[in-house]
Amino acid sequence: MNIPENLKYTKTHEWVRQEADGTCTVGISDFAQDQLGDIVFVELPATGRALAAGAAAAVVESVKTASDIYSPLAGEVLDVNTALADQPELVNQSPYGDGWLFQLRPQGVLVNLMEPGAYASQVESEQEH
Amino acid sequence: MSDAPKTTALQRTPLFDEHRDLGARLVPFAGFSMPVQYVGVIAEHMAVREAVGVFDVSHMGEFEIRGPDALAFLNWALTNDAAKLRVGRAQYTMLPNDRGGLVDDVYLYHPVDGQYQLVVNASNVAKDWRRLDALAADFDVTLTDRSDETALLAVQGPQAEALLQPLVTASLAAMRKNDVLNTSFQGSPVLLARTGYTGEDGFEVFCNPSAAVEVWRALLTAGAAPCGLGARDTLRLEAGFPLYGHEFSDDLNPLETPFGFAIKLGKPFVGREAMSERPLERRLMGLVLDARGVPREGFAVSDQYGEVAVTTSGTLNPTNRRGIALAYLPLNLAHPGVNLNLLIRDAQAPVHVTEPSFRRAMSPGDASSKQPEAS
Repeated sequence: MNIPENLKYTKTHEWVRQEADGTCTVGISDFAQDQLGDIVFVELPATGRALAAGAAAAVVESVKTASDIYSPLAGEVLDVNTALADQPELVNQSPYGDGWLFQLRPQGVLVNLMEPGAYASQVESEQEH
Repeated sequence: MSDAPKTTALQRTPLFDEHRDLGARLVPFAGFSMPVQYVGVIAEHMAVREAVGVFDVSHMGEFEIRGPDALAFLNWALTNDAAKLRVGRAQYTMLPNDRGGLVDDVYLYHPVDGQYQLVVNASNVAKDWRRLDALAADFDVTLTDRSDETALLAVQGPQAEALLQPLVTASLAAMRKNDVLNTSFQGSPVLLARTGYTGEDGFEVFCNPSAAVEVWRALLTAGAAPCGLGARDTLRLEAGFPLYGHEFSDDLNPLETPFGFAIKLGKPFVGREAMSERPLERRLMGLVLDARGVPREGFAVSDQYGEVAVTTSGTLNPTNRRGIALAYLPLNLAHPGVNLNLLIRDAQAPVHVTEPSFRRAMSPGDASSKQPEAS
């Protein structure tokens, strides 16, 4: 399972990348996309929406199920990945790249996010079930 | 889906190790650990539509019926006319309750003279058995539950005949839809039927559990794609076939569906009066989403005046990537082309009404499009 070292993670399988300009990009992990299977629809938040940390921000739907995606941090939605409207499968193909979900201007400091090592341990324990 | 309680050990089909070794995602279903997918639901769906796939459906129940009164018993217990079922044929039929609903929808096979086999939904095996066993008290019949000694593989897709022919003794070209016969699969005795539940041509292979791995591997080696319950559900839904627990139940009226062809009100059967006296108020129809999104079971359908129905099944149709669903609509709205709304989370999305079969390839004149091939 691919867990890049330069990202932070959540228990609910989102990732966060802190960009050089101070914004944060959010997506779901390789493990999450693999568990969901073929992703066929992504509902993204409205640009400008203020999200609380842990708020339901997006919905990723596979053929079988719909999964809520939670904002890993508080902030305002600056941009969303509009390419996913026509190509939701990008989340499967490139979860850390072209399959990103939304970009936030963070409010406050980043807390309660997991380091790659801790997230890898969590994934490992979930795979055992 | 009726999952087993988590405290109960899940049953395994004879192919459990094969599924695990293939990397399948295994989920609890009807008390069994079953593969929901191998590589992905969409690829498996398309394999069946365009080539050939194989499903392990060994979790389904098989009951054998023998005895002097076998036909009389089946014709009393089931809605379709078992007297019309000649040796070597199979028919879609239903197990009614006493109040106009269904205990299950099932498939009846008549492979040899004096012997019938019912294939029943995995989640209904226990209650079907109780129902049939109680009804059998008035007949000279012997009911035997063969579920544990029967493995069942469904080989489905336009290339099913070509793939299967080199492996079996019977001449497949001579088998029509719903034919069933005993033959040999590379030396193993099997019961072979030209049935299935995908809306595609195909066969079902009943064999001894000890032969299941060999049969399964031979089919994969010949080129069949292993397919899981995920694709099985999207395929049956695209074909507009009902699934018990969704489109049928103890309460829903099966006469409000296109599958009334399997209910012969002109012959006596248990519960016939209750069923025939029910008013026809709704009709099971298809809904196609005219926006992006994925309909699911339990979503509210509304017209301009308010809620009119709730979806019984829903998915994204892998063939054309459109959202599809089934719902019992009031008769005034149960017409192809009617525009309605579907509540997806907090937003109304436009849908239009279709016949339950979402497959354009199946014209209304094609009788097979109206007949689930197994259940």
